[in-house]
Amino acid sequence: MRPIAGQKRNTPRRDPAPSRMAYRLQRLWLTPSVRAALRVGLPALVLAAGVGTYLADEGRRDALASIYIDMREKVKNRPEFQVTLLSVEGASPELAEAVRNALALPLPLSSLDLDLEAARSKVAQLYAVGSVDVRVQSGGILQVVIKERVPAFVWRDAAGIWLVDDTGKRVAEVEARSDRPDLPLIAGEGADKAIAEARQIYASAGPLLPRLRGLVRMGNRRWDIVLDRDQRILLPADQPVLALERLIALDQAQEVLARDVVAVDLRLQARPSLRLAPYSLAELRRQRGIIPAENDL
Amino acid sequence: MTDLYQTQRAMRNIRRAALQRGVIAILDIGSSKVGCLILRVSDSDGLRDMEGVGSMAGQSSFRVIGAATTRSRGVSFGEIAVMNETERAIRTAVQSAQKMANVRVDHVIACFSGAEPRSYGLAGEWELEDSVVTEQDVARVLASCEVPDVGEGREVLHAQPVNFALDHRTGLGDPRGQIGNRLSCDLHMMTVDASVVQNLIYCLKRCDLELAGMASSAYVSGISSLVEDEQELGAACIDLGGGSTGISVFMKKHMIYADSVRMGGDHVTSDISKGLQVPLATAERIKTKFGGVHATGMDDREMIEIGGDSGDWEKDRRQVSRTELIGIMRPRVEEILEEARARLDAAGFDHLPSQQIVLTGGASQIPGLDGLAARILGQRVRLGRPLRVQGLPQAATGPAFSSAVGLCLFAAHPQDEWWDFDIPAERYPARSLKRALKWFKDNW
Repeated sequence: MRPIAGQKRNTPRRDPAPSRMAYRLQRLWLTPSVRAALRVGLPALVLAAGVGTYLADEGRRDALASIYIDMREKVKNRPEFQVTLLSVEGASPELAEAVRNALALPLPLSSLDLDLEAARSKVAQLYAVGSVDVRVQSGGILQVVIKERVPAFVWRDAAGIWLVDDTGKRVAEVEARSDRPDLPLIAGEGADKAIAEARQIYASAGPLLPRLRGLVRMGNRRWDIVLDRDQRILLPADQPVLALERLIALDQAQEVLARDVVAVDLRLQARPSLRLAPYSLAELRRQRGIIPAENDL
Repeated sequence: MTDLYQTQRAMRNIRRAALQRGVIAILDIGSSKVGCLILRVSDSDGLRDMEGVGSMAGQSSFRVIGAATTRSRGVSFGEIAVMNETERAIRTAVQSAQKMANVRVDHVIACFSGAEPRSYGLAGEWELEDSVVTEQDVARVLASCEVPDVGEGREVLHAQPVNFALDHRTGLGDPRGQIGNRLSCDLHMMTVDASVVQNLIYCLKRCDLELAGMASSAYVSGISSLVEDEQELGAACIDLGGGSTGISVFMKKHMIYADSVRMGGDHVTSDISKGLQVPLATAERIKTKFGGVHATGMDDREMIEIGGDSGDWEKDRRQVSRTELIGIMRPRVEEILEEARARLDAAGFDHLPSQQIVLTGGASQIPGLDGLAARILGQRVRLGRPLRVQGLPQAATGPAFSSAVGLCLFAAHPQDEWWDFDIPAERYPARSLKRALKWFKDNW
């Protein structure tokens, strides 16, 4: 019995069942590892392969590099980024000149090329510079703000004559002591480490000041006060100020230092001693009836 | 028996692995539809007390994340008749369920209704060596059950210890640690045709699926459609399927009898097709749309266009009254129910304290069936729907899905079967290392 109405029987109904292949593929697709590999791994692989093939040619690599460099140059050379002026603030003219020489910037320069930290450390290396602040101001100005060290002493040692500040840091080298006669003089190795003590001694030297030539650090341990007429006061290592004050009191009472004394030794607190000049010593002995031996002593 | 023991244990291990992975598929291979549910098992606490006598359950909770049904092909009487067709049907169901769940499943628990299930009640006894029951004693009493000759080509599908008795005390769920002299047990064993099982295994293998368990659909639909007190007090579940009708009797939460009648809804359809001279598809449509089992005066006047595709005007304009349709359907439905009644009588169901009968399955949706069933099966008949489980689509909550839902429950809370218990030490081959270990374990 052949159906007449409708020809739909001639086309067999589609089988809803998946083919074996489709079934297996779907199961494979639902496997988490395969899925991750296909969704992330494959695109990544294709991308990497594409980029790799493109960059395999050296000409293309160079072209890319030159494009990058060009763009960078273009941005760098824009007038907004140009530094045209170096201004040094808070420094004496000599120091300002020294700072300029130390930085040695080929202006105008792009601020993107400027290494502010390096510039700062370069300026900070200068002796006279206490602290420094380097910044780029608007309008293309590189501003270097400097706090100078103030010289407090003249320090003479084997290497030369230096100006040092309150903390013992060197400020500048001078040719001769007479360049800065207004500053007190210190000398000897390690004098810069004991600057605070030297200042105290100077402060308490009061009536001796007109005669005071300088302080000498002895053996990196204690101070000697050198007066004119080559007189020396040997201060102890501890509590030198106290010993000095005692001596000044003695001097005011008995005028010890006005006499023909080569040195006053205060190193032993219990037993201060005087060293007389050779002539005076001989004279003293003669008056006491002691016949000195015929030598310099 | 050892062979079976090994295969069943292997399946248990696969099931355990599947639960550990968290995804397992449920496949209900029926004569009229193939259903596939995909479960996500959220915690594997259920595996904690794997060895033991009591309910192995654990409360492992699961959720249905994929569900699909397709028209069954190549299955008749609940058995695979045409392998290729069945394979395609399974592939369709599994694929669309996988698509819905968006996850790949490798392990599947299957149920089928055919294969001529037969029930056996077994009993075993064991004199305890020292008066405390140990796991080995349980194993020995199970091993002492006398296995009847199940026949050539039959295989055991379920073997569940139903009851333990210690001396005169019976009804023990878990006898371990109790004091007594003589331990005895009752075991319910169900055998099916081995070739059907082999066909099923082969078919699933061709679909790249691993079989993690098998169950009889009569058993699992009983699990899902009997409520807890019915299972406890005793009830029968009749699963009216497409090609076969499964019968299971429950008592004290254990299945004590199972059988199947090789008739179902498809036979009603074919009766209609023959009686009204219409194609099967039309007959199925008429049955589901206008079917019934009780004719009333109204039905005489309700005419149904049955049509035809012949081109002959007279044939294409045929009409039947609904009464005629009911007249065709009713004898067949009665026959099925009477057959079920006969099976229940043969099993001695009328000796049970509770005579509750629950009808479920796709064919139980015929309007008026409960009235007809009450006449044949007794007054305590109700229509059952499967338990509600988490995530099940609305379309899959009808009575046609009671075996699929039951299989979900079976997968999540499997009952202890014979092969879940220890093998008694004597049964190990002599000189086996395992035996030596066992001896050490038992004696120290």
